[in-house]
Amino acid sequence: MTERAELQDLASEAENPQGHEPEGTVMNQPLPALEPAVPASAPAARPRTGGALAHIGYVLRSNPMTMIAFVLFVIIVIAAFLGPLIAPYDPLQSDVSAALQPPSAQHWFGTDDLGRDVFSRVLAATGLDLMIAVSAVALSFVLGSILGSLSGYYGGWTDRIAGRFIDTIMAFPLFVLAMGIVAALGNSVVNIVYATAIVNLPFYARVSRAEVNVRREAGFVLAAKLSGNSDLRILATQIFPNALPPMMVQISLNLGWAILNAAGLSFIGLGVSPPTPEWGIMVAEGARFIVSGEWWLALFPGAALMIAVFTFNMLGDGLRDIVDPRQRT
Amino acid sequence: MSQSKLRIAVKRLAQAIPTLFGVIVVTFILTRALPGDPAAYFAGPAADAKSIQQIRVALGLDKPLPVQFMLYMRDLATGNLGDSISTGQPVVSDIASRLPASLELTLTALVLALGIAIPLGVLAATRPGTWIDHLCRAFVTAGVSLPVFFTGLALVYVFYYQFGVAPAPLGRLDFAHFPPPAVTGFFVIDALADGDPETAWAAFTQILLPAITLALFTLAPLARMTRGAMLQVLSADFIRTARAAGLARQKVLFAYAFRNALLPVITTLGMVFSFMLGANVLVEKVFAWPGIGSYAVEALVVSDYAAVQGFVLAMAILFVAVNLLIDISYTLIDPRVGFDD
Repeated sequence: MTERAELQDLASEAENPQGHEPEGTVMNQPLPALEPAVPASAPAARPRTGGALAHIGYVLRSNPMTMIAFVLFVIIVIAAFLGPLIAPYDPLQSDVSAALQPPSAQHWFGTDDLGRDVFSRVLAATGLDLMIAVSAVALSFVLGSILGSLSGYYGGWTDRIAGRFIDTIMAFPLFVLAMGIVAALGNSVVNIVYATAIVNLPFYARVSRAEVNVRREAGFVLAAKLSGNSDLRILATQIFPNALPPMMVQISLNLGWAILNAAGLSFIGLGVSPPTPEWGIMVAEGARFIVSGEWWLALFPGAALMIAVFTFNMLGDGLRDIVDPRQRT
Repeated sequence: MSQSKLRIAVKRLAQAIPTLFGVIVVTFILTRALPGDPAAYFAGPAADAKSIQQIRVALGLDKPLPVQFMLYMRDLATGNLGDSISTGQPVVSDIASRLPASLELTLTALVLALGIAIPLGVLAATRPGTWIDHLCRAFVTAGVSLPVFFTGLALVYVFYYQFGVAPAPLGRLDFAHFPPPAVTGFFVIDALADGDPETAWAAFTQILLPAITLALFTLAPLARMTRGAMLQVLSADFIRTARAAGLARQKVLFAYAFRNALLPVITTLGMVFSFMLGANVLVEKVFAWPGIGSYAVEALVVSDYAAVQGFVLAMAILFVAVNLLIDISYTLIDPRVGFDD
């Protein structure tokens, strides 16, 4: 069972082996409680935060893609929050006299079959798409961390049952399972979030399990135990924070996939209902006009989706370089 | 040695049973997780309390859950997944009649993707830092960022609308041709076997765009894995030894490095299949491909519940089988497996 599971993990993260212990991660640890984990031989003369910042600066400078991704990320976040405010038109306002107009100075991305401004709709959709992805990823981060940490720390039956559960999720083609969950729970945006969270759960559970497991017997854990801390307290305050850097990388890589997943679900008609602007459903609506040559209906929401996914993937790669330089490919 | 390999293969086969059981439990939970009362749902909006109760008894919903689960298992064993509301046919026969279309598309795309990704990955690994390496990287990055339905639409726009070289994205064959007599269920092969190259060509042009769409999506993980595995193997000691011994470059590259690098690529196939079966649904919708993916999408639209769950179960079983096949072939190929057992 584990062989396939691990190999799949390997594949999902490409050449990113799990379960190893990168010392470099400790350097970026935000929590002072982890001091004991740092080898005493670490150069104390240089301030550590400065080193980390310098390293981040170095990675950003040496990898312009990460820089571009970061700029795009800021733009996307601004669009998500201010989108409806800065949109030139009401994204739901139809105007039949101006239907299906190609991109022009008035309508940058053209208009759709009901005369709605595509640019305003793409902009207004940013918030919803991002919200679905972020809440799904946050949910699976929390649940996956708890599941993975417990099974990594306690081992034994807890580990076996959790492992079996994770394996069962992974036994489904993930998008298909998400479809099934939404179909069973009911067709709504909230259920899209739940479905995306469930299919993402294994990735977080695996990473946190591996990270917790290797530190179970570490010196600082034994010391904390000796000072009379409870298991859960040690797990939450001493061990788990160490798992955060690799988890952050996972989050960033996963966000892109979550956006794709949610957009795919709404493309096949699940979740978001028609008048609401959302990238997946806009591409689906635009698909009908592709064969007659009205390309702008599908192109712009599709491109927005692509840029968002690309941004999160690049950001994830950059974050991985910062967290663990050895895993660069 | 072959004896121990056989034992490992049988052991792996046995390991698939709990996974399959887990899959069945999940689909059972999904069929019972319908919001509200499944009996009321199946009875329709016009039903009164009495007919709902009748349906509840007929569906076995009045029994305790473990009994319901046993009934569900019995239904599965007899191939009864319920009837589809939209087609009026048993879900099993619906899926069986549409599966060949999906398999033809998926396998064509897989062959296409492997045919491009493996040479690309090998070339990128043997020439790191050159334009081909950058091309590989660009492909990989674009491949994971492109929504598969978007790539499909872009291809339709360019090759159907702009250049007019591709046929209309409307299924497996245009109206001018009749489906060939079914042997394998794959139109191109069946038409060729039937001695009808014209129909075979028509079917081939229909499948080309959806297969390319799916292949582009699959290319990324395969190329990335091939490149990574090749780089790793090429830096191994035995490659250095082979080179030092003066073996021909081709011999070192293919007989020594490539065969070893192929193993991690084969294991990647499992994950790739997971993505492919999901992406298949989207591609089938874009190209109106009459496979089980578009069947599920049509069923979702009209809340045809048994059909969707049947589709999920069929996909999961297919995926478990594919993983099993991959693992067993891996065991048989890898000379190291079975030595320490």
